[in-house]
Amino acid sequence: MSANDSDKVPSGIQLRDVHKAFGDREVLRGITFTVPKGKNYVIMGGSGTGKSVTLRHVIGILKPDKGSVKVDGIEVPELDNKGLMQLRTRMGYLFQSGALINWLSVADNVGLPLREHQHQLSRTDVLDKVMSVLKMVGMDHAAEQMPSRISGGMKLRTGLARALVTQPEYVLYDEPNAGLDPITADQIHRLIVRVRDELSVTGLIVTHSTACAKLCGDVIGVAEQGRIVAEGTPLEMAKSDHELVRSFLSGGAD
Amino acid sequence: MNVLAGLGEFVRTRVLGAGYVFSLLLHTLTLLPRLPRRLRFFLNACHSAGVRALPVTMVVAMFAGMILALQTGIELRNYGQTGAIGTITALSMCREMGPFITAVVLAATVGSAMAAEVGTMNVSDEVTALEVMSIDPADFLVLPRVAALTVMCPAVTVFSNLLGIAGGSVVADFQLGISTTFYWNSVETALSDTANFLPKDIYVGLLKATVFGCLISTISCAAGLRAQGGALGVGAAVQSAVRNSVVMIIVAGFIITSFFYG
Repeated sequence: MSANDSDKVPSGIQLRDVHKAFGDREVLRGITFTVPKGKNYVIMGGSGTGKSVTLRHVIGILKPDKGSVKVDGIEVPELDNKGLMQLRTRMGYLFQSGALINWLSVADNVGLPLREHQHQLSRTDVLDKVMSVLKMVGMDHAAEQMPSRISGGMKLRTGLARALVTQPEYVLYDEPNAGLDPITADQIHRLIVRVRDELSVTGLIVTHSTACAKLCGDVIGVAEQGRIVAEGTPLEMAKSDHELVRSFLSGGAD
Repeated sequence: MNVLAGLGEFVRTRVLGAGYVFSLLLHTLTLLPRLPRRLRFFLNACHSAGVRALPVTMVVAMFAGMILALQTGIELRNYGQTGAIGTITALSMCREMGPFITAVVLAATVGSAMAAEVGTMNVSDEVTALEVMSIDPADFLVLPRVAALTVMCPAVTVFSNLLGIAGGSVVADFQLGISTTFYWNSVETALSDTANFLPKDIYVGLLKATVFGCLISTISCAAGLRAQGGALGVGAAVQSAVRNSVVMIIVAGFIITSFFYG
C-alpha cells in the first residue's frame, strides 16, 4: 500500500462495534459492517434485531452508546447540527410506509427538500426535477394525487422519489417491501437496483425479505441480537453453513 | 417507599414535560422571522383555528352570557339592583369569561386536533422524515400552528365577548324586565375608558386570550411531538394536551389578573 493510499479517506459507510440500549433493553450489541461505495449492502434479520435502529445511527438521528459510525470517514455522532445537515443533504432515506406528509400532494412531497434547501432553484426548475424523478419511479401520472388516495406501493415509490430528488450519494432503505404484495415488492426491488446502477447510489437496505436481499444486495449481512453474525455476497451466503443464514435464504423466514 | 418513588417519578415526568414545552416555545419564538415562508400553512392553520372553531365558541359564549345574566340578575333582584346587570355581564365577559371560554373551547377542539395531527405524524415517521431532510419540525409544524392560534384566540374572543354580552341582553329583557337600551347603555358605560385608546377591561382580556392561544398551541404541539407507541400514544397525547392546556389557562389567567388588577 502506498503512502497516498493510506492517507485516503475511507469512502462508504463503516460501523464498528456499535452498541445501543434503550433503558435496560440492549438493541445493538457490537454491530460491525462496511458498505463499499457504489454497492448495495443488505442487512437481513428478524424483527427486533436492531435493523432500523442501525439505519438511524447512520443518518445521525440516534447516537451510539459505544462504537464508531463513519460515512466517508466522517464520524457521524461527533457532528454538530450544521454538520449533520450537510451530511443529510448527501443522503436519502426511504421509510417503511413512505412517511409522506399527508396534506401535501405527491409532487409537493417530492419537491419538499428542494424547496426547503435549494432556494436558488426556480419553481419551474423544482417542478422539472420533481417530474423527472417521479417519471423514473413510475409515479409521474399521479403527481397531483394526495397520499391518502394512493396505494402502499405508490407511497413507497413516492418516498423513493423524495429520497432521490436531491441526487444523494447514499440511500438508506428501511424495509422497502414491508406490507407489499410480491409483484409490487418486486417492482420496488428492481427500482433499488436501477438506482444503484443508473445513479451510482450506495444503498444500505434493511429487510427480512430473502427476495429483496438476493435481488438488491451486493453484500448481505445477517443480523441476530444486535450484531452481524454472517456476511458475504449472495452467492457466498447461498453456500453458507450458518443455521440462521440457511433458514433465511431457504425462505423459511420470508 | 413505593409511594415516594411514584411521587418522585410523577414530579420528574411533569418537570421534564414542562421543560420540553418551555424550550419548544423559546425555539419557536426564535423562528418567528421565518413565518413569511410558512404563509400558506399559517393561513390554513388560521382557518382551522379561527373560522372552523368560531360557531361552537359563539354558541357557548352566548349561553354563558345568558347564564351569567340570569344567575346574577336573580340575586340582584333581591336587592333591587337589577340595573347593574349590564355592567356585571360586560365586565365579567371581557375580563374573564370571554377569554376563558374561548380558550377552553379552542383547547378542546383546535388544541386536541393539533396534538392528534402532530402525534400521528410522529408515530408514522413523518416527523423523523422531516429531520432526515434537515427540516426542523418546530419550523415546519409548530411555528405556523402557534402563530395561528396566538392570533386567532384573541380574534375569536372578541366575538365571544360580543355574543356573551348579547346573550345577557336577551335574558335581561325577557326574564328580568330590563330594557335593551338601558342594558346596552350600562354596557357602554362600564367599558368606557377615556384615558386609553382601548379600555383596560378589553385589552387585558385580549392579552389573556393571546397568551392562552400561545400556550394551548405550544402545549398541544409538544404533546404531539412526544407521542409514542401508535394510536394509543396519540390518544394519550391528545388527553395530556387538553388537560395541561386547561390547567395552564387557569394558572396564566390568575397570574395576568393579579398583575393588572391585584
